[in-house]
Amino acid sequence: MIDFELSQDIQNTRQMIHMVAEGTMRPISREYDEREHETPDAWAQMMWDVSKTASPVDFGGSGKPKAEGGVKRKHEKTLMAAVSIEELSWGDAGLYLSIPNPGLGGAAVAAAGTPEQRERFLKRFREGEPKWAAMAITEPGCGSDSAAITTTAVRDGDHWVLNGTKIFCTSGWRALERSEGFVVVWATVDKSAGRAGIKAFIVDHHTPGATVTKCEDKLGIRASDTAAIVFEDCRIPLDNILGSAEVQQTTEGFKGVMATFDATRPMVAASAIGIGRAALEFTREALDKAGVPIRYDVPPLKMTALERDFIEMEANLQAARLLTWRASWMLDEGLHNNLESSMAKAKAGLAVTQVTQKAVEILGPLGYSRKFLLEKWMRDAKINDIFEGTQQINLMIIARRILGYSSKELN
Amino acid sequence: MASFQPSEEQQLIKDAVASFAQEQIRPAAREADEREVIPETIVRGAWELGLVQSNIPEAFGGIGEQPSAVTSSLVLEELAWADLSIAMHVLAPRLVTYPVAQLGTDEQKQQVLPAYAGAEYVAGTAAVMEPNFHFDLGSLETTAKKADGSYVLNGVKCYVPLANEARHIVVYARAEDGLAAFVVPQGTAGLTVAEREKNMGIKALATYELTLADCKVPASARLQGDLAPVLNRTRVALAALAVGVARAALEYSVQYAKDRKAFGVAIAQKQAIAFMLAEMALEIDAARLLAWEAAWKIDRGENATREACMAKNYAANMCLKVTDNAVQVLGGHGYIRDHLVELFLRNGRGFSTFEGLAMA
Repeated sequence: MIDFELSQDIQNTRQMIHMVAEGTMRPISREYDEREHETPDAWAQMMWDVSKTASPVDFGGSGKPKAEGGVKRKHEKTLMAAVSIEELSWGDAGLYLSIPNPGLGGAAVAAAGTPEQRERFLKRFREGEPKWAAMAITEPGCGSDSAAITTTAVRDGDHWVLNGTKIFCTSGWRALERSEGFVVVWATVDKSAGRAGIKAFIVDHHTPGATVTKCEDKLGIRASDTAAIVFEDCRIPLDNILGSAEVQQTTEGFKGVMATFDATRPMVAASAIGIGRAALEFTREALDKAGVPIRYDVPPLKMTALERDFIEMEANLQAARLLTWRASWMLDEGLHNNLESSMAKAKAGLAVTQVTQKAVEILGPLGYSRKFLLEKWMRDAKINDIFEGTQQINLMIIARRILGYSSKELN
Repeated sequence: MASFQPSEEQQLIKDAVASFAQEQIRPAAREADEREVIPETIVRGAWELGLVQSNIPEAFGGIGEQPSAVTSSLVLEELAWADLSIAMHVLAPRLVTYPVAQLGTDEQKQQVLPAYAGAEYVAGTAAVMEPNFHFDLGSLETTAKKADGSYVLNGVKCYVPLANEARHIVVYARAEDGLAAFVVPQGTAGLTVAEREKNMGIKALATYELTLADCKVPASARLQGDLAPVLNRTRVALAALAVGVARAALEYSVQYAKDRKAFGVAIAQKQAIAFMLAEMALEIDAARLLAWEAAWKIDRGENATREACMAKNYAANMCLKVTDNAVQVLGGHGYIRDHLVELFLRNGRGFSTFEGLAMA
């Protein structure tokens, strides 16, 4: 039956995480926006202590039921994560991305790794010091076109040797050099094979030949580290490859890796929605304080321009949230959600970009001032329209699905 | 617990309506629009589906209990997908049966409801809109003045579906204590139905302007209680209908874009077209979810005014954008009446104007 009520479990978790967001994230939000490239160590330690023990939510945002990081009710895991991530990002999206956890790299290992690999790489996230893991796909010469990557992996005896440059790797520095984490690196074993030649490799922390050369200076999410990593004759054990080393004639392997995005895109959407909600609440409070009402049941013709804008912002945000919940729910139900996941991401990325920009406009001098967090939320929001598949890439996926086209037929 | 899947029962109802819509209504849509008349067979067939009787309690001859707004949303989308005029026509009696069943006294129910629970379609309607650009449900110009045990209604109403044949007209007016609704039987003195209106869209639906000139009704004609849930149901209904029209436009243009070749490939293989279609699909789903959520809130008996207004406005804007894009995808052919998309656009344009034309 169609039902929009979240289970008591999820509601309780949301309440708890909201307290964390309000009590521990908001107070340091501005500080770590300005102290870019610094890690909020004390806060990270606290989040680590919470999340590695009895965490009801996989903060990494992996929706794969197989993923490590305990959850009470398997069949609600993704929806639970989406709701939780909205709260965390309401607190601060940059800090949310800085939570020590298996992240995207961990999601890949959980989804495509062998039991031995899961033991070797994921178990560490339940013990010891805070750790991060990351995923390195983008290169200076290719982003959305991930099949065009040029980083190479060549077999040499008992090792793979990696050479190439990766950029825009979220938490890459913390995974590789600031903790005992790891980075999952996409590289080609056979350039002539195109997508079929692309494999994912696990590079452990402090592996010689893997060097973080830069942490990017960004528009927003400044608390999060975005690393450039150079691989120079970087040797890793042979069994650090995810999946088979065979170059098959089909692109099934590549598609398999791409499928992890079906799980992560709703999480990006959820994060976007958290930022949008923060901006909307702030705007609403300011309007309330000024005695400006928002009337819903008057004809558009009689609404003030401000009412029209505000209600449209609210509707867009709620639409994005419902699309996100649906995509998450589908994953929990074991349904294929490639289309719905891209819909959620495309809608949320754009809606929140527009909502936050409009909020800055509505609040005028209050919106533009760094005295308040609104301008920061606008800067933070924009990334959601870009990473994990740009707006345009997600529209492309939606188009392919509704038209029944392959990537060859529509590109 | 959250779920986005209709129940088995809802799915059965939806499927039954969908196949009727597809097999009976859609093939008749173009001719109905051109001739501005709806075939009797379709009206009869829709009646047999129980769209109205399922809104009437058994005690008053119907087959229903408390009707679910969510289920209605599913049904209305399918009907509107096939044709908006026909959907509004076959649903019109609900404009009477729903408010009476919900708010009426036993006496009112006994007087009104059995008429709509028989073997044949009986028209019923509501007079909500008024012929001025600043029309606002919150401050109607039609007035209801109390005078010795009666109400005297004065004003002009427009877009009243089937006003000439309706057994009852639920007239919305401004009383001294706020918005009020009156069940006015056909033929009441002072009630005059004017010529049939000529509109850009919903041409097959017969709508009328009507005048209330010192139209006197007994105090017992007034529906007591909170009208907000009734109004919210009309908003959800319009949202669901808008989603249906938009979905029809999307499906039509998707098919066309895959068939039509230009520069050696299907035009759907061009990003300019593909992205338009993708956005249309996304926005339709977004509007549907907002409508469902508002309907769900109504079913729980909660105040859903904010959600229902939001869903209706969102769906109206969405529907205009989507139907306009559908015409654009077909290019010159979209402008020709050989194709249905121009009809979808004319119908879709109405949702920002429509108020109270259907009941979920």
